[in-house]
Parts: sequence; structure tokens; C-alpha cells
Amino acid sequence: MTAPLVIDVQGLTKTFGKRKVVDTVSLRVAEGEISGFLGPNGSGKTTCIRMICGLLTPDAGSGTVLGLDVRRDQREIRRQVGYMTQRFSFYEDLSIEQNLQFVAGLYQLPKQAVRDTLEDLGLTSRRAQLAGSLSGGWKQRLALAACIMHRPRLLLLDEPTAGVDPKARRQFWDEIHARAATGITVLVSTHYMDEAERCHRISYIAYGRMVTTGTVPQVIAGSGLVTMTVDTDQPGALAARLRQAPGVEQVEPFGTALHVTGTDAAALEAAIRAEGAVPRKAETSLEDVFIRLMGQSADNMK
Amino acid sequence: MIASLARILAILRKEFIQMRRDRVTFAMMLVVPVMQLLLFGYAINTDPKHLPAALVAPTQDRFTRAMTAALENTGYYDFTHPDATAAQAERLIATGKVAFVVTVPSDFGARLLRGDRPQILIEADATDPAAASGAISTLGTVSAQALTRELGVTVTPASGPEIVVHRRYNPEGLTQYNVVPGLLGIILQMTMVMMTSMALTREIERGTMENLLSMPVHAAEIMVGKITPFIGVGAVQMLVILGAAAVLFDVPFVGSVGLLLSGVLLFVLALVLLGYLISSVARTQMQAMQLSIFVFLPSILLSGFMFPFRGMPGWAQTLGEILPVTHLLRLVRGVMLKGATPVDVAGQFGALAIIVVLLASVAVFRFRKTLD
Repeated sequence: MTAPLVIDVQGLTKTFGKRKVVDTVSLRVAEGEISGFLGPNGSGKTTCIRMICGLLTPDAGSGTVLGLDVRRDQREIRRQVGYMTQRFSFYEDLSIEQNLQFVAGLYQLPKQAVRDTLEDLGLTSRRAQLAGSLSGGWKQRLALAACIMHRPRLLLLDEPTAGVDPKARRQFWDEIHARAATGITVLVSTHYMDEAERCHRISYIAYGRMVTTGTVPQVIAGSGLVTMTVDTDQPGALAARLRQAPGVEQVEPFGTALHVTGTDAAALEAAIRAEGAVPRKAETSLEDVFIRLMGQSADNMK
Repeated sequence: MIASLARILAILRKEFIQMRRDRVTFAMMLVVPVMQLLLFGYAINTDPKHLPAALVAPTQDRFTRAMTAALENTGYYDFTHPDATAAQAERLIATGKVAFVVTVPSDFGARLLRGDRPQILIEADATDPAAASGAISTLGTVSAQALTRELGVTVTPASGPEIVVHRRYNPEGLTQYNVVPGLLGIILQMTMVMMTSMALTREIERGTMENLLSMPVHAAEIMVGKITPFIGVGAVQMLVILGAAAVLFDVPFVGSVGLLLSGVLLFVLALVLLGYLISSVARTQMQAMQLSIFVFLPSILLSGFMFPFRGMPGWAQTLGEILPVTHLLRLVRGVMLKGATPVDVAGQFGALAIIVVLLASVAVFRFRKTLD
């Protein structure tokens, strides 16, 4: 990594009541990088992001965001990052333009900033529409507009594409990549595997702990999983039998084929052949890796 | 479709679970009835006794003493200022420190012995006509009995001293003189506290607070920005009520408008801060509304709006003194009906200012700068 680190935090911990929601999470994101933040619901992604953007004070841990101290300079961090909340949090009874004018006022931006941002994100024609009447995709676009208007060097996006249709999602990601190309750093949390694959690097967090981090191929390779597909006309019955077989960890039906995953290629092949089926070598998907990681971390918690 | 007990039970169970989860509502359901019970049961007394009175009697002879002793024995009068001059007594009643001024002329004893019917002047603060009525009704018989004992001859109310009653500030004893200025405080309290508390809770409930906090804005800036519009609303409400008081209810306005306005402004500021404080506790708009009502209840009952303040026991009066509306009521009645000067209502201004400062400091302290 030669680019300077925009996010560099170590050992972030946050406890709510008795529950340790985030447990010694460390994260490093280099300038211009799109970093994906993955993990099951309630794994601590949002809490992590809120600590990074200065909305929550970590109970333990330290580090810098944009060179500012996460404990001491929370206010300055909030000023310099663009944070998009998970839930749509603009005023539904204000129009797009009024919402942006409000945000511009808080950041003390000139009037031109609102016009530029509307133009930039293709919102000009809808600027008089009330935010409450917008579809998911447009709401998300408004939220993005609001958090990039003050030209932050770091964007923190918390599940920005939840409830957005595929076309709007694709446009959104194109937008994110275009920003990253200009040197803006992005940390984005998501549930979608296709979105994870669009990130330069991903970090997987489960039950408040960082489980793995790296590029997508690195994470897949690091899992040590092998996947084979089996064609069958009785996917249900075969899947049930294969799940009991030694060496088989996951069996997922995909139409008339089964994706069979395990750590030992030889054992996997033997198990499939024992059922009289023919295995074909396949690529392990990110999803396979995550399902396994989720299972493992759940075991660790017990 | 036939009603099913199982379905009703399922709904019942769900309602109970939700009721238990919403702590504020649950607490309100338990606390409000107890509060009402205590307030209605113990604090409220529509026939107040031991009302402070001033005695203006240049010659404090045995007849005067007999009269005042008899008046005190009724339980209604409490001569807190037994040796006042006419000027002092005037100020005492204007500032509300006494409810009555009893004036016994210097030749009272002499005229009585001569067999004349001398006059005793009783001035009652009739800004709250209900509060004084009990005390006034006993006057005739009480004085007659007292003098019968003192003179040794039978004195009847008809043959005894002539008792002249002046209902000050409200000669006809009209209730609306008391109620309408009071309503100014009550209506403002009702709407201001609730609107402010709900406006802020709405931000939290709808998730826009998280967004607001992530932007570069100070707690105090949010507070001032959110509060100011409601002060404007309060100002409009005040003008409407005062206009109605003058046009519809013919309530006199003898004092200074500027003095009243500045007092009400201070009061509105206290209310808005109170609403702001409630919103820092409440999680939902529903809770904010309930807490507003929780504050509203004693404001009607213990402030002297609905029932005479002096009729309440000491603990209830102390509680009443904490409420901003208590001080506003005194201020409004003082200025509108009695033509009080700034000096007369300095105490009320002081009390409101203290409340404002306290609320403002707690409000700033309570504000959540982060989501912690």
C-alpha cells in the first residue's frame, strides 16, 4: 500500500449495556480505495461506521480518520466526511432542492453548490419534488447528493442500496467508482455479494469481530474452500444426502444443479461419486465463503 | 365472521407486551392517577383559609383588637401586617402580598361608644373572586358578635358598624377577569411545551437527527434554530388571546402592555425550553405528548389558575412556585387588572428568569452531541 491511509483505526470497541457490539476492530483504508464492509445483520457494521465518522465515541481503541483523531477530533471528522445513513434521514416534507439547501446552509456552502450538485447527480428536473414522494432509488440519490455536496474526501455509506432496484443500484455504483477515480475514499457497507465484488477491498465482520479482510480473490483463496457442481434431476433429495456425507460443508441448489462446497477436494469428489453423480470443478463464490465464515463465527461465540 | 376468543386473546397479549415495553406510557398510566388523586384530594381547596391581611388602624384600641381577633378566629384572616399605613397597605394588596386590607378609622371606638354606626373598610383582592367570597360573607355577623362582647350590649349586623367591602380590581366580581388572563398562561403552556417537544422528537423518531448530528452544527445552534419559530407562534397566540380578552370578554387592561409582553416572552422562553428538555428524554412523539401533559396537569391545578393558590397546603404551594405558569398568572393579573409597575412584578420576573436559566443550562447539558 503506497497511498496514504485515510482510515487507520485499531482496536475499536463499543459496548451497549452488556452487549459488546464492536470488539477490537481494526481497519485500514487507503486513499482512493473503495472498501466494502460486509457482515450479517447486527454484526456491528453501523456502529463501526458511526465510530469512524465521529457520531459515537469508542469505549476502547484509537486511530485516525483523514489524519484526525477518532476520539479527540470527532467534530472535525464529522465536518470533513460525507456520511450516508442506513435509513433515509432527510425531510420528507421538503423538496429535493430544499433538503439540499438546508444541508448547504449547515455546511455554509454557497448557493451554487446546490445547483452544481443537482446537476451533477441528474436531480435538476426533479428538484421541486417532495422527498417523501420519491422512489427508493431517487431517495438514495438525494442522500448521496447531500453527503457529497461539501466535497468530502471520505464517504461513509451505510447500506446505501438497501431497497433500491438493480438499475438504480448499478447507476449508484458507477457514481461511486467515478468518485473514487478522483481520489475520494469510500467505505461502504452492504449485504449484496455483487456489490462486494465491486469493491477494491472487503472486510468481513461478524458478531462485532473482524473475521477477514483483503481483495475478493484473496478472501476466497484464504478461505481454502473448494466448490464443485453436480447436475441432477432430483436436487432436493440429492442435496439432503450430500449434506450428511463426510467432507461436504455446504450444499446449495442452483436450479437443477447443486453447488457443493468443502475444504478437501478429494473428500468432496468421493462423496459426490458415492452418490453416482459426476462432479464438475467450479469457482467458489464470495457468498460460499461468507456463509462459511458466518457459521464459523457463530460457533466461536458459543 | 364469528368472534373468536383466541383471536381476541392474541390481540390482548400483544397489547400488554407493548404496554410494558413503552416505559414512559406505563409510568404515566400509574403516576398520573396518583398525581391527580393527591392534587385533587389534598391540594385543592376552593374555600381558602388563613388569607394574609393587612390592618390599617391608627388607634389600636380595644375595639380594633376585638375586631381583628374575631376576624382571625374565623380562620379566614391572618393579619400578617397588623400595623400598616394606608400607603403600605395599598402596595401590599397591589403586589399580592395580602388578600385583604382592613381599615379601621381612628374615631372608630369613639363613635361606637357614642352609639353611631362607624364604618370599617374591607378591601379584598377580587382578581380571584372565588378566593375572597368565603372571607367576605362572614364579616357582618363576626364583627357584631365581637362588639357585643366588648360593649356588653347586643349588637346585630344591622345596628353594628357598617362594613364597607371594596372588591378591588374587579368590583363586580366577574370570574372572567380572573379566568381570561389566566387562560393566556394556560393556553401558551399547553401548546408551546407540546409543540416544541414534539418537533424535536420528530427528528429523532424519523431518523433525521442522526443526519443532523453528522453535519457540522452545534447543539446550541440546533436548539436556537428549533426554538425560535415557536417563540414567534407564542407571540401570535398571545396577541390573539389578549385581543379576545379585550373585545369578547371586556377584561380591563390597566397596566403597561410592554411590561406584559416582556413577561410573557420570558414565560414563552421557559416553556419552549421545557419542551426542549422533554424532547431530550422522550424517544417518540407520543411520549413527548404524554410528558407534556404530565407537566400540564399541575400547571392547571397548582398554579392558582383553577383553584385559589392560597387555599393549598404549604407543600402544594411550594410545588406551585416551581411552575413557570404560577408566576406568569400573578404577573398577568397584576399588570392587566391592577396596573402593576415593574417594581411590583419584579419578583415574578426574577422567578421566571431563574427558571429560564435553569432550564437552558439543563437543556444544553442534556443535548446529545453524539449518538452515545
